[in-house]
Amino acid sequence: MNRVRHRRGAEIEGAAARRFDLRRLLALIRKESLQAWRDPSTLLIAFVLPAVLLFLFAYAVSLDVRRVRIGLVLESQGASAQALAAAFAATPYLDVTFARDRRELTGKIVSGALRGYVVIPQDFEHRLAEPGGRPLTQVITDGSLPNTASFVASYAQGVVQTWRAGAGPEAPRAALVLEPRYWFNAELESRRSLVPGAIAIVMTIIGTMLTALVVAREWERGTMEAVLSTPASVAEILIGKLSPYFVLGMLSTLAAAGLAIFVFQVPLRGSLPALLVLSAVFMVPALGQGLLISSLARNQFLAAQIALFSGFLPAFMLSGFLFEIDSMPVWIRAITFLVPARYFVASLKTVFLAGDIGSVFLPNLLTMAAIGLVFFLLAKRATRKSLE
Amino acid sequence: MAQRAGRLSFARLRAQFTKEVLCTLRDPRSRMVVFMPPLLQLLVFAFAATLEVRNVDVAVHNQDAGRWSHELIRRLEGAGFIAQVRSVGSAGALRDLLDRGKAIAALEIPADFSRGLAAGDGGRVLALIDGRRSNSGQIVAGYLSAIAAEVGAEAGAEAAPETAPAAVRHWFNPNLVYRWFTVPGLTGILALFSALLITALSIARERELGTFDQLLVSPTSTPEIIISKSLPALAIGSLLGLLMIAAAAGLFGIPLTGSFGLLAASLVLFILSVVGIGLMISAVSATQQQAILGAFAVGVPSVLMSGFATPVENMPVLLQWLAQGIPLTHFLVIVEGSFLKAMPPGDIFMNLWPLAVIAAVTLTLATMFVRGRLQ
Repeated sequence: MNRVRHRRGAEIEGAAARRFDLRRLLALIRKESLQAWRDPSTLLIAFVLPAVLLFLFAYAVSLDVRRVRIGLVLESQGASAQALAAAFAATPYLDVTFARDRRELTGKIVSGALRGYVVIPQDFEHRLAEPGGRPLTQVITDGSLPNTASFVASYAQGVVQTWRAGAGPEAPRAALVLEPRYWFNAELESRRSLVPGAIAIVMTIIGTMLTALVVAREWERGTMEAVLSTPASVAEILIGKLSPYFVLGMLSTLAAAGLAIFVFQVPLRGSLPALLVLSAVFMVPALGQGLLISSLARNQFLAAQIALFSGFLPAFMLSGFLFEIDSMPVWIRAITFLVPARYFVASLKTVFLAGDIGSVFLPNLLTMAAIGLVFFLLAKRATRKSLE
Repeated sequence: MAQRAGRLSFARLRAQFTKEVLCTLRDPRSRMVVFMPPLLQLLVFAFAATLEVRNVDVAVHNQDAGRWSHELIRRLEGAGFIAQVRSVGSAGALRDLLDRGKAIAALEIPADFSRGLAAGDGGRVLALIDGRRSNSGQIVAGYLSAIAAEVGAEAGAEAAPETAPAAVRHWFNPNLVYRWFTVPGLTGILALFSALLITALSIARERELGTFDQLLVSPTSTPEIIISKSLPALAIGSLLGLLMIAAAAGLFGIPLTGSFGLLAASLVLFILSVVGIGLMISAVSATQQQAILGAFAVGVPSVLMSGFATPVENMPVLLQWLAQGIPLTHFLVIVEGSFLKAMPPGDIFMNLWPLAVIAAVTLTLATMFVRGRLQ
């Protein structure tokens, strides 16, 4: 054992006397790794939080609407009105509460107990018999939840439409039909596009947040100056600091990808090497940003706040992971180009759901690397300045 | 808590409160970081956080030279949600645009499209949708179907006009402006993160620096420590929340239809319950890093389950119950209701008492954790 270590040490010495001392670097990496490994909060953030996040994105954050609570006011006693009411009660996407009077329901919409209601009016049979007349029903929604409101409106209209097509006397007319076919996600589960994106959030937390804290702590305690005054070069110190977190980030990605594939049933249509290369390249801007934040902030409170508002929240809101970038105003779309997670989210969704598509990966990889390089250069300048 | 200690000194409390506020806000950089970024984020995220679909590109491969395919494309070009209709010459090019994410949907119009429509046989258009963007994809498919139905209706114009299935009215937000939902919610989320981070660090910082032991041997009682550590975050968080509520009403022009007083009182209680959680985290953390990461491990899942990103009722029942234990869930109902729905005090109270319970439980637990350190 001893002899092996000794021989390895000698080899390393011979190989690396060029720019910096590899043995010193390895010692630094070892020290930082131990420090990271021994802190329970590191493991919490690298393995427990990702598992929780993935679980939530798989089951809690669902864009697939189901069983929206609505009311149904049946003012007409006619047979057709009863049949339409039965059609509403039968749909799996609505949870219908019946009422005689619309005033009963107003308060329930204000309190949030109901998301809308449908009124089948007194003269419903009359309206049905008279084509081109007044609308058959009235739909009221809770506009304070715009997404649910538009779902209730369009779904209720659909129920009436379908019911009329089935019950109406006229033969169905030949019409123009749009046949949608969903590529990459034929089952249309929002989980399949959310879970890969969640990996980008996890990596941002580890790369940017954790690194910013760890390095800021050294500055805060004054140990950074102490380390800088040793023979170790700045590059060695930084590589020593960052490589354990790089490894941690990659391990966490692997664990998250395993969870996504085997537990949450997200397909990996691309290749594992592609996923690993994408993740490794994303770690460059993530770590660079963390380093830059720590060398600007120099204390953990500031570093945490800056990492939260410049790293985590933008990765969450501006990466296209949850909210469509195309739908944002021009000036925000311009900001999203500076968010490294944007490129990673697009690549992750592609590698999981579509496959290895070089024309998607290559520009994203190059941009992530370029942003990372800028972060590192800025961090280097900020570090040097502080020592003067 | 206070009676039990019997050693609560107002003068001491005031001195400690002053010291804590100074500690947080003395550094000009800290001052800036506490107030500026949340307000900036409010501005940016108000426009970013939308589930609407706008400004997307659609690809078309048209094999038909007839009138109706041109009519369909003309209508697509006029549609508000489409930025550009890209015409391509082959099915392969269509597929490529979709693969690269350059188009969210791709329409394949067959060669006999106009002929079939003109003959009254109806027509079919295949729409390939990018399932990677599953939610937007579904919305786009809905919009495209509506456009196709219009063209179909025009082609068969001789048929009798149909009665509309429903007259729709959206209460509280007639035009369904998404921002009216996001901005009030964001005030809660951003205030939550600020208050959580400030309190989580409070005890942990002293412990890391070693000054916590000094605090423990001083005449200060445990409730005094808890109160003095909560008040600054409570003050800063509430102030931040009020600033953002003012911005929502003034800058974004979102109607504040409910009672401002009740909303402000709810905000303070909400921040207090968050402060309780933050102090619990702080009391069990040995270092600032642990405290910050712990705050994160609690804060992020809270936001996800609160109903901001997607409605609570879409979640499995078990998680819906769990969501009731999250302060943000209740505050979101209050803040959205107060802004848009003129929510009456009764409904607000229904969401206020869970906040009070959470605050009482977490602050008591935090006191116990700190006292546990003494033994």
